[in-house]
Amino acid sequence: MLELTWFWLVAVLVTLWAVLDGFDLGVGVLHRFVAHTDTERRQVLAAIGPVWDGNEVWLLAAGGSMFLAFPRLLAAGFSGFYLPVIFVVWALILRGTSIELRSHLASPLWRSFFDTTFMVGSTAVPVLLGAALGNIVRGVPLNAAGFFELPLFGSLGVLEPYTVLIGVLVLVTLTAHGANWLAWKTDGAVQARVLRARFPLWIGAFVFWVLAAFGTARIAPEVMGALPSRPMAWLGLALVLGGAVLIIVKRRGELAPFFGGVAFIAGSLVTVVGCLFPVLLRGLSPEHSITLRNASAGGASMSAGLWWWGLGIALAAGYFWWVMRHFQGKAVAALDGEGY
Amino acid sequence: MADPLTWHRLQFAFTIVYHYLFPQLTMGLALIIVVLKGLALKTKDERYATAARFWVRIFGLNFAVGVVTGIPMEFQFGTNWARFTQLTGGVIGQTLALEGMFAFMLESSFLAMLVWGEKKLGPKKHFFASVALFCGSWLSGVFIITTNAFMQHPVGFARTADGSFVLADFWTYVLNPWALAQYAHNQMASLVTASFVVTAVGAFWLLRGTHLEQARLNVKVGSIAGLIASALVAFPTGDLQAKLVANHQPAALAAMEGRFESGTRAEIHLIGQPNVAARRLDNPIGVPAVLSFLAFGRFNAEVVGLNDIPESEWPTSIELLYYSFHVMVGLGTMFLGLMALTALFQWRGWLEKSRWLLWCLMLAFPFPYIANTAGWMTAELGRQPYLVYGLLRTIDGASPTVHTGDTAFTLIGFTGLYFVLGLAFLFLIGREVTHGPAGHAEVTHA
Repeated sequence: MLELTWFWLVAVLVTLWAVLDGFDLGVGVLHRFVAHTDTERRQVLAAIGPVWDGNEVWLLAAGGSMFLAFPRLLAAGFSGFYLPVIFVVWALILRGTSIELRSHLASPLWRSFFDTTFMVGSTAVPVLLGAALGNIVRGVPLNAAGFFELPLFGSLGVLEPYTVLIGVLVLVTLTAHGANWLAWKTDGAVQARVLRARFPLWIGAFVFWVLAAFGTARIAPEVMGALPSRPMAWLGLALVLGGAVLIIVKRRGELAPFFGGVAFIAGSLVTVVGCLFPVLLRGLSPEHSITLRNASAGGASMSAGLWWWGLGIALAAGYFWWVMRHFQGKAVAALDGEGY
Repeated sequence: MADPLTWHRLQFAFTIVYHYLFPQLTMGLALIIVVLKGLALKTKDERYATAARFWVRIFGLNFAVGVVTGIPMEFQFGTNWARFTQLTGGVIGQTLALEGMFAFMLESSFLAMLVWGEKKLGPKKHFFASVALFCGSWLSGVFIITTNAFMQHPVGFARTADGSFVLADFWTYVLNPWALAQYAHNQMASLVTASFVVTAVGAFWLLRGTHLEQARLNVKVGSIAGLIASALVAFPTGDLQAKLVANHQPAALAAMEGRFESGTRAEIHLIGQPNVAARRLDNPIGVPAVLSFLAFGRFNAEVVGLNDIPESEWPTSIELLYYSFHVMVGLGTMFLGLMALTALFQWRGWLEKSRWLLWCLMLAFPFPYIANTAGWMTAELGRQPYLVYGLLRTIDGASPTVHTGDTAFTLIGFTGLYFVLGLAFLFLIGREVTHGPAGHAEVTHA
């Protein structure tokens, strides 16, 4: 029971990260394309500046909770995907540095450099993490000790057609999600460009979603086959459909499509997790799969963690509310030395 | 060099040493900013507000680099130390998860508000944002030091049949006596770094003859904080820490002092070079009985030497451990002397005429960074050859499926990335310091 609770707590944190930092990453991908002048680029940065760091922390909170509850999963996944995980780290460093350092100097070259590194970092993270998700669904060669190693490329590598497809799906979806955020938080020329790109991006995301579903049915029929018997996966699918409908119906809206995107992303994750359950990392030999039961920490860790977890979430929600309250309305480009 | 463990250790050491250059400043500086902003609120004296504004800009840059270089630290538990993660996650996962939820959330939510939000928030709420950053960064320290203290002196855990560590008692684990001493020592050392940086900037402006009012304020605030922190870092916090090492890690103490022979009235070595092959300290100058007193509170206490400890329990790099410890202690002593001298000169009104002392204060700021780094190296090298002292060897903690080629490649990558990041950072900090307390934006718009 404790394992199950922690399973969903970690899932909630991962989903919160995908939904919240997801739009920061999407904004990074769009940055150079939707904002042309320096003022426009600062408008885009002002739209995520006060929230991006807080949003990224959900990834660390998810990682920390995984460490607490399912250390074997963290150990196997991070060491098995060694190079891609380090690449994600580098991309996150590049992204954060770019946002924070870009506007400290008035030089157009300095700013253009960091605008590009912002884009590169923000593009690499969803592609690589999407590919990792693809690997989890496809399965990895876990051994009896609970570890695996994988080449980067090749028919059974970290990057192969199916996993790259998932990577692209995540990239396109988060870019569309970023467009939703910018449509809400910006105005003027930036908003006009974002609005032109937004609906086609979502159509792209839907197409890749369907392709990914077919791909999964081919690569991992057991995972797909579990769907009919999994109520959680049905709930996820309902969220995906509801989100998609909201995005299509309200395609000219400012805020409504954003919530559609949230439902679409959260629903997709819930569907995958619902189908995989209770497996956390699929082994190519099923008996070596890392599951809820063999990955959990045991001892007093999970029960001790439960009493502070709720308080932590409540405080974090309080901070988020406080920040958003001081960050109402459209983002305004800052003057030099006064903001992002 | 083909040994994968060496590369895992090198990468972790490099990334943690680099990372900790930033939090050691921001933790101490957060406290100084809270004090400055508190004084500004209370006295309505604009000088404090101006000083706080300047230091918030420096804080913001340092914090940003601290955040991005902190990401790899958390990830490397899983990537490079997978077996350690697998075996001890049931214990240390607790504090790492707590850090994310309670410290990082607080810091990251209020950082932008502190750095850019003064106009929007007004003085009271902006003061509150600085308090949030102070609490967040010092809480982060609590969780990291508790995690490290478990590795130094494991408490509150149980072992399962497969060798995993699981949490037995939350409060025993969190209230580890080692953690309390180490935290107090570390936080005071962080305040030493921040106060030396504040003093150095003030001394630089005084020597240049610019921004004199702010320069005086910085030297005053920095040297008062520096004197208090330099004293507290030695006593009681450093003393407590040393006694814990003496009682629980005798091999570490012997190596820190380059001591091979056991005996009473053990002397403390001021200089000397450990010659591990010959099992002696070359060219030693020591003071008799002081080590016995510092370690155990009695001049005739017995201090065990490495000769009476099996070599399998010896720290793996005795020379580096010896020098780390001596560099830390030596510098710490000089900090106290320098700050006491500065206080005397301030009090007598001699400081501004004594340009030699201002030069010393300006050039002193890198040394607390060195002392902090050396202190952490003492703690971590002293813990070797174990990850969890006495229970889990370092060699048994590394990732089994990550090869030397992977780690060498990523270490090279980190080095290059951090070099470029460091250049950009130093350039921006240098600009802020040369532009002075008014800031460059106001200058260019004026």
